[in-house]
Amino acid sequence: MCGIVGLHLRSPELHPHLGELLAGMLCEMQDRGADSAGIAVYGDPTWSPPGHSTVSLVEPDASPEEVAATLSATLGTPVAVLVRDVTYLLSAEADPEVLLAAARSAYPHVLVGGFGVDLAVLKGVGTPTDLAARWGLAGAQGWQGVGHTRMATESAVTPAGAHPYAVGPDQCMVHNGSFSNHATIRRELRAAGVAFDSENDTEVAARFVADRLAAGADVEEALTDVTRTFDGFYTLLVSNRDSFAVVRDAIACKPAVIAETDAWVAMASEYRALAHLPGVENARIWEPEPETVYAWTRETTREAALA
Amino acid sequence: MTTYDLSTTPLREVNTALHAEGLSGAHVITRPAGAHNVAVGVDAPVKITIEGHVGYYAAGMNQQAEITVHGNAGTGVAENMMSGTVHVTGSASQSAGATGRGGMLIVDGDAAARCGISMKGIDIVIGGSVGHMSAFMAQRGRLVIRGDAGEALGDSIYEARIYLRGTARSLGADCVEKEMREEHLEELAGLLKAAGHEDDDLTAYRRYGSARTLYHFTHDNEY
Repeated sequence: MCGIVGLHLRSPELHPHLGELLAGMLCEMQDRGADSAGIAVYGDPTWSPPGHSTVSLVEPDASPEEVAATLSATLGTPVAVLVRDVTYLLSAEADPEVLLAAARSAYPHVLVGGFGVDLAVLKGVGTPTDLAARWGLAGAQGWQGVGHTRMATESAVTPAGAHPYAVGPDQCMVHNGSFSNHATIRRELRAAGVAFDSENDTEVAARFVADRLAAGADVEEALTDVTRTFDGFYTLLVSNRDSFAVVRDAIACKPAVIAETDAWVAMASEYRALAHLPGVENARIWEPEPETVYAWTRETTREAALA
Repeated sequence: MTTYDLSTTPLREVNTALHAEGLSGAHVITRPAGAHNVAVGVDAPVKITIEGHVGYYAAGMNQQAEITVHGNAGTGVAENMMSGTVHVTGSASQSAGATGRGGMLIVDGDAAARCGISMKGIDIVIGGSVGHMSAFMAQRGRLVIRGDAGEALGDSIYEARIYLRGTARSLGADCVEKEMREEHLEELAGLLKAAGHEDDDLTAYRRYGSARTLYHFTHDNEY
């Protein structure tokens, strides 16, 4: 089944409350998936410090001190390691691709949860409520966050099988549903040189989108390509360093609700995950149409705020 | 009047109270916060008002009760209703009124995909538009749509009647437009009046139903 949630904050006054609001959304969706969970938070000053790049390593087989020392020596600049449950958040004043390459080279068998300049990804096995508590999610800040509660149907219950899939810089995808032709598309991407971390269907869509974005497509074009290429049932929430987007398949049997106010845009599998958001009683609430890409960007949000 | 606050009273307790033998009077449910299964399985001539948005299957299997949701409803509102009335003042998600056998479902806003799927005698009046595959395999009852319909309206329909004021993006297999005769105008007027839309211009509506070519296997149905 799975549940997905996302919150894009327009009002800076709400930034200190991002984690608390996101934790409420995530935990409400525990009924839809309780075997594992994951989140991505954009803009937390501790998890992804400003002026630094951040890389998430999930279940590394080395102590935080060892990882910090190894990568600091490799890069010639200090690398800090913050531990949140089974995830290490590495940060350094370096290009994210450089930090990522150093981490991959030193720990080639360790799962990279995500990377970028503004993004921290945490994932793990367990109930969303337990994981949110272990991460200290309620204390997180930022301008955007997404989450996923998993009920596995097609690949193992492991951190690598947990969403989000954050496979491009500051990009992130969570998925409610299942793809039926992912094996074919994975083969095509592998043949084109794309590496995979898991046998999960969603990872294929995430890498497909990352591939399109890297080729110069914008989010709406990339997601329109998803609807033309992927077969299956899906509601997808795709976030980027400056955007937040939702798309559903043509059948649209997987649920999705979007709510929007002047202060935020929120999306969830079910309305009850939005019921605690401030001002929801006056929000515009609707169900996204099939095969229609809904996208918001920070720029339009800022314009809207100024208007 | 009895009031239940769903933020403090467990749902099962509320539904159990609504299933009490010989139930009567008016009942109000506050702060549903999108909960599933609110006021399902009621079988009493009572009035139930729900103050807020509800989740899946609200007022499902209703018999006799007059249930109003002041807000939106999730998947399968009034599914398998037998009798009574369910009124949603906002919009409804997919499969509204699914498999309903009787009674009336009124949605003031839009209904999403598969509205009235496999309806078996229920009357449904949608104030706005409906999504794709609405009235899929509908067997009996009437579906009135004051707005537009998505793709494949009335796909594989049996004997239900569809009245549509706007346009359908496409008609499903075996669904065809039919003549609007005097008895249909009367029937439509009655349904619109019951749903509070008595001022609608009846001539703006068209009727759709089954061409009855899928009832039996024939070699013409081969691919």
